[in-house]
Amino acid sequence: MSVRSGLMALLAEGEKYGAQLRSEFEARTGATWPLNVGQVYTTLDRLVRDGLVESAGPSDAEGRIAYRLTPAGHAELGDWWTTPVDRTSTPRDELTIKLALAVTAPAVDVQRVVQTQRTATLRHLHDLTRLKRESLGRSEGAAENRVLGDEGARLGDRAEPPVAGDNGLAWLLVLENLVFAAEAEVRWLDHVETMLARRPARAASDVPAAAGTTATRLEAAVVTSTSFGGALS
Amino acid sequence: MSASPHVVISDVTRVHGSGETAVTALAGVSLEIHPGELVAVMGPSGSGKSTLLNVAGGLDRPTSGTVSIGGDTLTDLGPRDLAKLRRRRMGFVFQDYNLIPSLTAAENVALPLELDGSRARQARRQARHTLDLMGLMDLSDRYPDQMSGGQQQRVAIARALVGSRRFVLADEPTGALDSHTGEEVLRVLRDRCDEGVAGLLVTHEARHAAWADRVVFLRDGVVVDTTGHRESPDDLLAAGEAAR
Repeated sequence: MSVRSGLMALLAEGEKYGAQLRSEFEARTGATWPLNVGQVYTTLDRLVRDGLVESAGPSDAEGRIAYRLTPAGHAELGDWWTTPVDRTSTPRDELTIKLALAVTAPAVDVQRVVQTQRTATLRHLHDLTRLKRESLGRSEGAAENRVLGDEGARLGDRAEPPVAGDNGLAWLLVLENLVFAAEAEVRWLDHVETMLARRPARAASDVPAAAGTTATRLEAAVVTSTSFGGALS
Repeated sequence: MSASPHVVISDVTRVHGSGETAVTALAGVSLEIHPGELVAVMGPSGSGKSTLLNVAGGLDRPTSGTVSIGGDTLTDLGPRDLAKLRRRRMGFVFQDYNLIPSLTAAENVALPLELDGSRARQARRQARHTLDLMGLMDLSDRYPDQMSGGQQQRVAIARALVGSRRFVLADEPTGALDSHTGEEVLRVLRDRCDEGVAGLLVTHEARHAAWADRVVFLRDGVVVDTTGHRESPDDLLAAGEAAR
């Protein structure tokens, strides 16, 4: 995520102080990617250095400086909106690595690994769904106050209560993205489980060549399917 | 909300056929559903999901084990009493809605009550009350072909829960709907459960199972895992309070 582009997008709406940028960034993204003030000011310094942002005037009585986009900043931001996010690089994913290794490692109960992960991901999905439901309820004026699970509470703590209007919509979109990602992961785990079930019983010590071939195919499928799952999210 | 379970499925086994061709659809499955609780069942094709739903709803009898609804053991009942209990105490929701095309929404919802001996006028009044509770009054005079799939399924849920029924069984209720409409239907089902209904939902969609309090995984007729299990009645009551 480009914090740099995110701050520029906020500045395109008008002059803002650093602290304002931080709080608006978090409110607009449901505080899913929290920023610290230091990060904001470091980024602002670089943007000023690159001629994309400038101070809007001297500091006020409280010592705060408001910033605004320069014409070059507006141009770069325009490019950002219209340039697709690069999905060709595959980020290192612990679960993919774990399963790719598990299907070839001896003495690992892969089915158990899959099941344990699916349970955890479904719990996460459940908590996200609760948050979504609350958010929908709030946007419909039906305030709810429900107890969240651990994961939900963690997310809930980070998140400002979604407000009505565009910020509420932004929070819902962020939540939906997390829901789609969790859903894709469960589907991928189902897929891995099906492949495991179709695989002949592993007997590496008896038939190393055959077992190795099957395991290699499965390993490839694990990695390929993850790429697909990642694209869904 | 009561702390005692409304539905108790105890060590249920269901074997189809016999001898060498016998197929075990369920093997020693136990499950409890409390009032106000929605339980989702997931699992691969052939894992026993639908058999579990049919056994829980008295549409199929277990080979061994017991099923009780509100304290009545289904396996002790004869066909007539079982049919009566099904009519009065539980409702079914299927993927393809199953509304009668020549009846309005209100008439469809009233139908189970009329079949159970209620006078038509009283049944219609009760049906409208249920539709009103579920925010569906504007659909009451529409025929199925005048409603979208999502609207028909919401009416089907109203039909499943009209009167004193407190147990709803839903078999892939969102299967024919797009993702967004499916979630709207799930919200209706979830809301009914928050009002105290016990629900059993069979689905293969993780995002829909996530609306449930608990997800039970079946594989080869066996419960292999359960998420979100409530540890004690106190937890259940706390969740019930929070839902109000």
